[in-house]
Amino acid sequence: MPDPLETTLRNATIAVLVENEAGILARVVGLFSGRGYNIESLTVAPVDADRRLSRITIVTSGTDMVIEQIKAQLDRLVPVHKVSDLTLEGPHLARELALIKVVGKGEARMEALRLADAFRARVVDATIESFVFEMTGAGEKLDAFIALMRPIGLAEVSRTGVVAIARGPGGFEA
Amino acid sequence: MSATLQTAETRTMTGAEIVLQALKDNGVEVIFGYPGGAVLPLYDALFQQNAIRHILVRHEQAAVHAAEGYARSTGKVGVVLVTSGPGATNAVTGLVDALMDSIPVICLTGQVPTHLIGNDAFQEADTTGITRPATKHNYLVKDIKKLAGTVHEAFYVAKSGRPGPVVIDLPKDILIGKGPYSEAPQAPHRSYRPQTEPDMASIQAAVRLLKGAKRPIVYAGGGVINAGPEAARLLGEFVHMTRMPCTNTLMGLGAFPSEDPQFLGMLGMHGTYEANLAMHGCDVMLNIGARFDDRVTGRLNAFSPNSKKIHADIDPSSINKNVKVDVAIVGDAGAVLKALIECWQADEQPQEKAAITEWWRAIDGWRGTGCLQYRQEGSIIKPQHAVKRLYEITREMGRETFITTEVGQHQMWAAQYFGFQKPNRWMTSGGLGTMGYGLPAAMGVQIAHPDALVIDIAGEASILMNIQEMGTLAQYRLPVKVFILNNEYMGMVRQWQELLHGSRYSESYSEALPDFVRLAEAFHARGMRVTEASQLDDAIREMIAHPGPVIADIAVAKDENCFPMIPSGAAHNEMILAPGQEGGVTGVTDEGKVLV
Ligand SMILES: Cc1ncc(C[n+]2csc(CCOP(=O)(O)OP(=O)(O)O)c2C)c(N)n1
Ligand SMILES: [Mg+2]
Repeated sequence: MPDPLETTLRNATIAVLVENEAGILARVVGLFSGRGYNIESLTVAPVDADRRLSRITIVTSGTDMVIEQIKAQLDRLVPVHKVSDLTLEGPHLARELALIKVVGKGEARMEALRLADAFRARVVDATIESFVFEMTGAGEKLDAFIALMRPIGLAEVSRTGVVAIARGPGGFEA
Repeated sequence: MSATLQTAETRTMTGAEIVLQALKDNGVEVIFGYPGGAVLPLYDALFQQNAIRHILVRHEQAAVHAAEGYARSTGKVGVVLVTSGPGATNAVTGLVDALMDSIPVICLTGQVPTHLIGNDAFQEADTTGITRPATKHNYLVKDIKKLAGTVHEAFYVAKSGRPGPVVIDLPKDILIGKGPYSEAPQAPHRSYRPQTEPDMASIQAAVRLLKGAKRPIVYAGGGVINAGPEAARLLGEFVHMTRMPCTNTLMGLGAFPSEDPQFLGMLGMHGTYEANLAMHGCDVMLNIGARFDDRVTGRLNAFSPNSKKIHADIDPSSINKNVKVDVAIVGDAGAVLKALIECWQADEQPQEKAAITEWWRAIDGWRGTGCLQYRQEGSIIKPQHAVKRLYEITREMGRETFITTEVGQHQMWAAQYFGFQKPNRWMTSGGLGTMGYGLPAAMGVQIAHPDALVIDIAGEASILMNIQEMGTLAQYRLPVKVFILNNEYMGMVRQWQELLHGSRYSESYSEALPDFVRLAEAFHARGMRVTEASQLDDAIREMIAHPGPVIADIAVAKDENCFPMIPSGAAHNEMILAPGQEGGVTGVTDEGKVLV
């Protein structure tokens, strides 16, 4: 009898602190594709003053056993300093930024503006027939706003993918 | 000028000299390689020194296998040097082989000069891209100031934690340019610091389980070999003090002496009846340095269904990967065994002695099946008999003997019928199963142990995959013995076709074989052919006595199958035994057919 826990999928947001060196992203992505793990989103940027360390945030899904494997496999890469499953290790914040272009005139344009206001999206570019909204928040909030814009005149979306951090004073140093 | 500046200045060298100096500083005495345009500066520097010996192979794949053989028989890091492009791509099979079997190897690859990288220059290949999933780690050196440090780091990475192959890609301008030499740093590595000492709580949990065990078993793998001979000694000590039965994986053979009464033989797909049934029926399993590979576990949901499992491994990603365990111990096999022994002695809980005596009675019953028995009758040589006699004759002679193999039935027969009493005497391609491994690996072993007897137990198909290395044997007068079990079939393929595909022997017949005697002679070696069982012993003695390389072509029964066998997708208690033996099952399930 397979253990039901072993077949239930869960999401995991994993933070990885790595040496900021050539090829590191290829190593991480290659690990995921080579072993058949999912990547729902991946973000990366240097995070220290002298740009020697980068932080990668990966949103993935799998059974508990697979997510444990993903962590162990990441940790085994030579340039990886630290791996943390933020989903397991207590409360955390996850945010995403999107730039959303909406094209339209007249009432549609006004409706877009009203909804943007309600969702706290900022106007960062405007022409007489378009807006670019900037919006940060949880992924679902972005999804909801983008869905509302679709009938109004959604033209283009660019999203960063999730960045995440644990709540409270605890740090995530190398 | 200050003194420090001066020493720094006198330590300025060309990139090629930096590489060689760093190799020397890391204790390298020999490298296996093949030249080409991109590595000419390194060959030039090699020419002008005497500390490092270069062995010229005949194919880059063989250079890596030779380095593996060298590494596995000595515990040192094996070093390879190949040129850019095709040199590097030819090395890839060897690198993956070393990765799968956790063998420390450093492979230096030439590269086009940095300003041409990405231009599809002559003999350019994206070597770091190609070898990323083929290595434990790889480097492209683009700044000569980082060259020395990179080579030192590569040695650290190759041999620490779970060992593996490391590639250093060296653009030609870096080899020619001048830069500073620095010694290996004392400071710990910035990010890679594998845990070697086990955590005491997990050791205590393991000892508690093992003390209460009524049907325990120790299952030891290549991790014990990699941890060094002291780890194998500690394994023996632990198994003896606990009276537990012990089985080894293919990679672990020699970690525990085959002639010890507590040894059950190898486990897994072609393991012994007693080892597999003991794994199936045990109540506590201690896995040290093995990885619950599919060749060992068989069908996962039927694997050792009623046992508590303890897994000690230096690589945390090996734990809970295939099989969920009850106690996880991260650490070096030697350190784990030492801690287990100490904790066992300190722990007051008595062992279940009566139950263990009972357990041995059951095991002895399974042993009684005699699953490795065969009947040598008439003049046709049984392959099992050929290996068994090879073992018995070398043991009588008492010479230090190292065995390598190719891949196929002969490999399994070698594992089943050749006994190993010490670690580092057995080199076979376990994880990747690379035909063509055995001859170059034997070469590497012989370089490391010039006076030892080194034998490649081969199949007639596999040996042709790196046969060109006979030239290397001749050049360096390496007296390697190639012992071919010639069944005129890709026997292992034929066996699967017989069992799974209605005996339709599609493309598995070894058609148009060479005359191995003349082939040996063409390479300045001795060739022998044996067709009669009555000639076998004399031929083996003659082969061993010959001071140079030999190919002994042993004509064996063509249709022999390798048993016992757990067919893919079956459980340990669903073994197929040799015809006429009782207790096994027959047949392969449909689910099993998709598995390899
Ligand atoms: C490079 C490579 N190609 C293909 C295989 C698949 N394979 C496994 S065993 C085998 C047959 C080996 O024949 P032989 O060397 O004669 O050994 P035997 O099984 O007859 O002892 C083949 C083709 C492999 N393991 N390696
Ligand atoms: Mg054959």
